[in-house]
Amino acid sequence: MLLTAPIIISFLTAIACFLARHDRVAQRWLSLLGSIALLIASFLLAAEVIRHGPIAAAMGGWLPPFGIVLVADLFAVSMVVISAIIAVTTTIYSFGEVTDGEERFGFHTLLHSLLAGGCGAFLTGDIFNLYVWFEVMLIASFGLLILGGRKEQIDGAVKYVVLNLISTIAFLTGIGLIYGATGTLNMAELRDAIPAIENDTVVLTTAVIFLFGFGVKAALFPVFFWLPASYHTPAVVVSSLFTALMTKVGVYALIRFFTLMYDTQMPQMQTMLLIIAAFTMVVGVLGAAAQNSIRRILAFHSVSQIGYILLGLAIFTPLALVGAIFFIIHHIVVKANLFLVGGVMTRLTGSEDLAKIGGLWRRTPWLAVLFLLPALSLAGLPPFFGFWAKLVVIQASFEADAYLYGFIALFVGLLTMYSMSKIWMEGFWKAHPNPSGAAALSLSRNELALLVAPIVLLTVATTALGLFASPFFDIAVQAAAQLTETDAYVRAVLGTLP
Amino acid sequence: MNSIILTAAARILTPLMIAFSLFILLRGHNEPGGGFIGGLVGATGFALYAKATSVKETIRALRLQPPTIAVLGLGAALLAGMWGQFFGDAFLQGMWPFYGPGPDGGTVGLPVGSVLLFDIGVYLVVIGSVLTILFALEDDVAHPDRLDIED
Repeated sequence: MLLTAPIIISFLTAIACFLARHDRVAQRWLSLLGSIALLIASFLLAAEVIRHGPIAAAMGGWLPPFGIVLVADLFAVSMVVISAIIAVTTTIYSFGEVTDGEERFGFHTLLHSLLAGGCGAFLTGDIFNLYVWFEVMLIASFGLLILGGRKEQIDGAVKYVVLNLISTIAFLTGIGLIYGATGTLNMAELRDAIPAIENDTVVLTTAVIFLFGFGVKAALFPVFFWLPASYHTPAVVVSSLFTALMTKVGVYALIRFFTLMYDTQMPQMQTMLLIIAAFTMVVGVLGAAAQNSIRRILAFHSVSQIGYILLGLAIFTPLALVGAIFFIIHHIVVKANLFLVGGVMTRLTGSEDLAKIGGLWRRTPWLAVLFLLPALSLAGLPPFFGFWAKLVVIQASFEADAYLYGFIALFVGLLTMYSMSKIWMEGFWKAHPNPSGAAALSLSRNELALLVAPIVLLTVATTALGLFASPFFDIAVQAAAQLTETDAYVRAVLGTLP
Repeated sequence: MNSIILTAAARILTPLMIAFSLFILLRGHNEPGGGFIGGLVGATGFALYAKATSVKETIRALRLQPPTIAVLGLGAALLAGMWGQFFGDAFLQGMWPFYGPGPDGGTVGLPVGSVLLFDIGVYLVVIGSVLTILFALEDDVAHPDRLDIED
């Protein structure tokens, strides 16, 4: 009941919003109501999982291995909760940004379809079903990406779709191979079926195919270039939603596959993951340093943050997994927020290009504060949540004697500071090159409230998570324990241990 | 398109194809067929009608915009799922209100229930989305200078 609720609520909201698309007010209320309902349902689900451990439900009453199961463990459920929070902020912000035409074209329908796809991907316990949810997300995200129909949007969307299609085909190939080798698609059954495959080549081949497929989704080095090509083109609120959900689903799938089914500590695999993580961190942050427009910096920088999460997975000690989980949550909250702040900066100055804007510190000091707090969190300064996330990942790499990677992570953190201070210096400190033109741009009180409320919400979230990190740390430790000790997961799905 | 042969043929073929698509939809219950393939056949019928007359005329005949049909279909499928969730044991469980074990050990009644509703939903989603794509393309051919697609 609770397990299917996030998916049902999202789909219902999508349908209701579509049917009400000619009535702007009704559609907005329905959309907001749907997001809030999703948030409540996800909290209830999380409470259930915290109380009882992993829970599972067989769709249609068909038990595994024949049917598809939905499973919620702590990791999955925290992803659902964070998606629901992003759903609320996205919906509110969209009221201040998305145009009437875009809403009529189905912005809210696409938004909630995307959320349904995301929740489905987080909760499914079947690898083919995961593929289906990926497709749901891909279709919805394509719609959101081209909403508005400007030329550069189509250009970005083509790159985005081509690479993502290649990745899903790779994923599908991997599913076919695994099914041929084991005869099951159920993740819990695969836990024991994959190590039982006698031919090591099959195991390694499928592992690499999945790594490639999810790597494209997650924007890992060297297959990340669809992300900086497309994330700066759609509406700001769509960029924010994508950075929170799209790449994270890829990372989530990677973590799920390489904790539950594959042995990350196959020597070739671990080395490969470590090297990819390092390159992803460094290339992403260098790419961001070379950019000169707010959203391009933020988008490129997202790539480097994925590297930290992968580093946590690659090191694969319990502490490192805690770090990976912390980092996913941290990155979603902070980066989604920074995109939204960037959107307000653009609206107030008339451009995203850092050379053409400025003077915001003098004009709107409150916005400067709202930028500074998540930016410092992103750079990893205490007392924000980003500090703990980075600390745990780096500490885990030092404890595992992966000093090189720990130092790379520290160095990348420094460069993050550089990118953020660039936005700060250019956007806030420096005077606007055309002050009279900028002064003419102002937002009505109403618009401003809609745009700033989600920013405040997310800023409070990252600060509160940082100040009261210890209960969340305990939950993350439990979530990581469920990822490494998979017996509870398997027992929830299959009823018994094989 | 202005062809008397096509127009006259479409008048007979379209109802035939739609009737056949419904047959495939129902046949899918126990044999090959079902909502997806039935929907494709049905969409072909409407596509033929659109070729013979016009997109506008076809939408008038459909009574609803194609995207709305698709979304209503999604709603029907979701409803079928929730039926099992709320009145049965699991999401998407088959529910048979008119069908059950008979007095002499067999089963009696009409096998109509949530499974058929789900299939009808799939049927509508397929018809709606295929026609949406098709009509958008037709629209592009008719107005090549226009970039946006309004329903």
